[in-house]
Amino acid sequence: MAKKLINGNYAAAFGAKLARAEVIAAYPITPQTAVVEQVADFVASGEMKARYVCVESEHSAMAACIAAASAGARTFTATSSQGLLLMHELLHWATGARTPVVMVNVNRAVAPPWSVWADQTDSISQRDTGWMQFYSESTQEELDTVIMSYKVGESPDIMLPSFTTEDAFFLSHTFEPVEIPSQELVDGFLPPFRPEIRLDVENPRGFGSLSMPHQWYMELRYLIAEAMDRARERILRVEQEWKELTGRSYGGPLDEYRTEDADVVLMNAGTAASTIREVVDNLRREGKRVGLARIRCFRPFPTEEIRALGRRVHTIGVMDRCYTFGDGGPFFTEVKSALYNLKDRPAVKNFVVGIGGRDITMKTVGKLYDNLFRIKAGGLDSEKEWIDLKRPEVG
Amino acid sequence: MSRQPRSYKDLPLAPITYEDTREAFKTGSWRTFKPVVDNSRCKKCWICWKFCPDMSIRILEDGTGVEIDYDHCKGCGICATECPARCIEMVPED
Amino acid sequence: MMAGALFGEGKDVQAFPYFGVERRGAPVTAFLRMDDRPLRIRSEISEPDVVVVLDTFLMKYVDVTAGLKPDGVLIVNSTKGPAAYKRSPSLKVATVDATGIAIRHGVGSRTTPIVNTAILGAMVRVLGIVKLESVLKSIRETAPVKREENAASAIEAYERVVIG
Repeated sequence: MAKKLINGNYAAAFGAKLARAEVIAAYPITPQTAVVEQVADFVASGEMKARYVCVESEHSAMAACIAAASAGARTFTATSSQGLLLMHELLHWATGARTPVVMVNVNRAVAPPWSVWADQTDSISQRDTGWMQFYSESTQEELDTVIMSYKVGESPDIMLPSFTTEDAFFLSHTFEPVEIPSQELVDGFLPPFRPEIRLDVENPRGFGSLSMPHQWYMELRYLIAEAMDRARERILRVEQEWKELTGRSYGGPLDEYRTEDADVVLMNAGTAASTIREVVDNLRREGKRVGLARIRCFRPFPTEEIRALGRRVHTIGVMDRCYTFGDGGPFFTEVKSALYNLKDRPAVKNFVVGIGGRDITMKTVGKLYDNLFRIKAGGLDSEKEWIDLKRPEVG
Repeated sequence: MSRQPRSYKDLPLAPITYEDTREAFKTGSWRTFKPVVDNSRCKKCWICWKFCPDMSIRILEDGTGVEIDYDHCKGCGICATECPARCIEMVPED
Repeated sequence: MMAGALFGEGKDVQAFPYFGVERRGAPVTAFLRMDDRPLRIRSEISEPDVVVVLDTFLMKYVDVTAGLKPDGVLIVNSTKGPAAYKRSPSLKVATVDATGIAIRHGVGSRTTPIVNTAILGAMVRVLGIVKLESVLKSIRETAPVKREENAASAIEAYERVVIG
């Protein structure tokens, strides 16, 4: 397997190519543009045998993907921020229609003010659409996850759409060495997409029909809930298969680093995890028992894994590169909710950090661990705090 | 759904109907007024056929006029409004 | 291209830009990290060992050496000598007329020459962390057009760079 120096956007495009996506419908938006440019190049050069549908909006892109997937095609699209928000209506549709569309979303802040930098508000806003959500830490993980998400989503007993995210610039534009798996390897891993139900002129059926309250709407929603619950186990199994073929895996839905005997643990989703690992190693060298738990999969949520962690850790800090106004960071509220029914719960604090692409440095992370140790010694100082915020000077 | 599911376990994954919906769902009962065609005055322009939103107007095989599919016509009256020869009349159902 | 050359020599590398709107000519910052061991830090670089300035016009608006380590290296695309940019005695400064070189080799246009590849040659000479051949190979593999002209620019800059 050859290593190439590519960025997250190219990695996403290579993922779609190796997965042999057959229909691509996408609309360009910074910082996702290079994904669709590269895929368009692959299609134009014949390297990818696929139909590239030029559309006039992200809403249409998703509509085209749903239609193509309904006809039995493997589909791919990519977007970011405002584009994802425009797709929102059809994200629900893709789930209800049980079309396992695979998408890459570059996590970019939402306007106003305009910002093209990293922020996870766009994808977190899609929480209830029934899409599986994966958050990548590295360029390699981005490529691998695109391929794995097809396998999970297309499983006949799952049939759910999924997206993988890249933090804007910190992943989308970061060139680093990536191992590109061979086509043979991916073909052996990912069978062709052959959905049981599909548009077929020989066997016409009505799609997207109406259901009265006394009929089957509630039951069809329950089937989605069941499929999403099944996906938890499937994600682990597919990752294990990928590991056997490539030697690479990413720790399942909750990727833990040096948490075995940790007193305090930071939780995070996305690229800042790499910087946190560096800080963890530095603090460990000073004898401080610190760890990291990276939420790699937000839907389905790694509830059991978080409970297992909560049983042995004293203090948890949850970092959110997004915010739910009127409540707290969405990762924080979900982690807290997962832990609530434990008998002995750890203290949990929310760090709102890196909003709109503000850099999360080693210094920032160091401050967070300091705070967690203060909480361990003296109790929770406050439930949530905006970090590196420009505050008025006191006094 | 003709297979008469009894629980969520009997459902297909996605909301689909197996039947030819035209056969399964006769919607003619929605009408209050029905279109009645006087083919003797029909100009054979087929404008009614083009405008019918429910594909409920059929052109007669011998080309002498049209007939209405009363199993599916919902009585919207577009055909009567559009007919340049004024040979379609909306008549109360009862 | 520099990351590609270092990667080709077995280093782990990380290269990423920081910009606003995607418009040709708009100011851009780009970062490059390299190490013998796997890289993990993903934040921007606030205390660089090396700063490379492609357009001195920007120095009117941006303190390009902010955070530069005291014994760091500053490489500037300029017709002036290194003395013009030497802010402190421990700072190593090098200058090269990358614009002139790019124009001579027809890289970019006369009004918008592309100086990126020329400056790579200067970096090779000043930093001594990567071989010129590796950089030329990387340029030839990744330049979308005028591969030889780009390579020639790098060679000329390698030869002409003035180290103060």
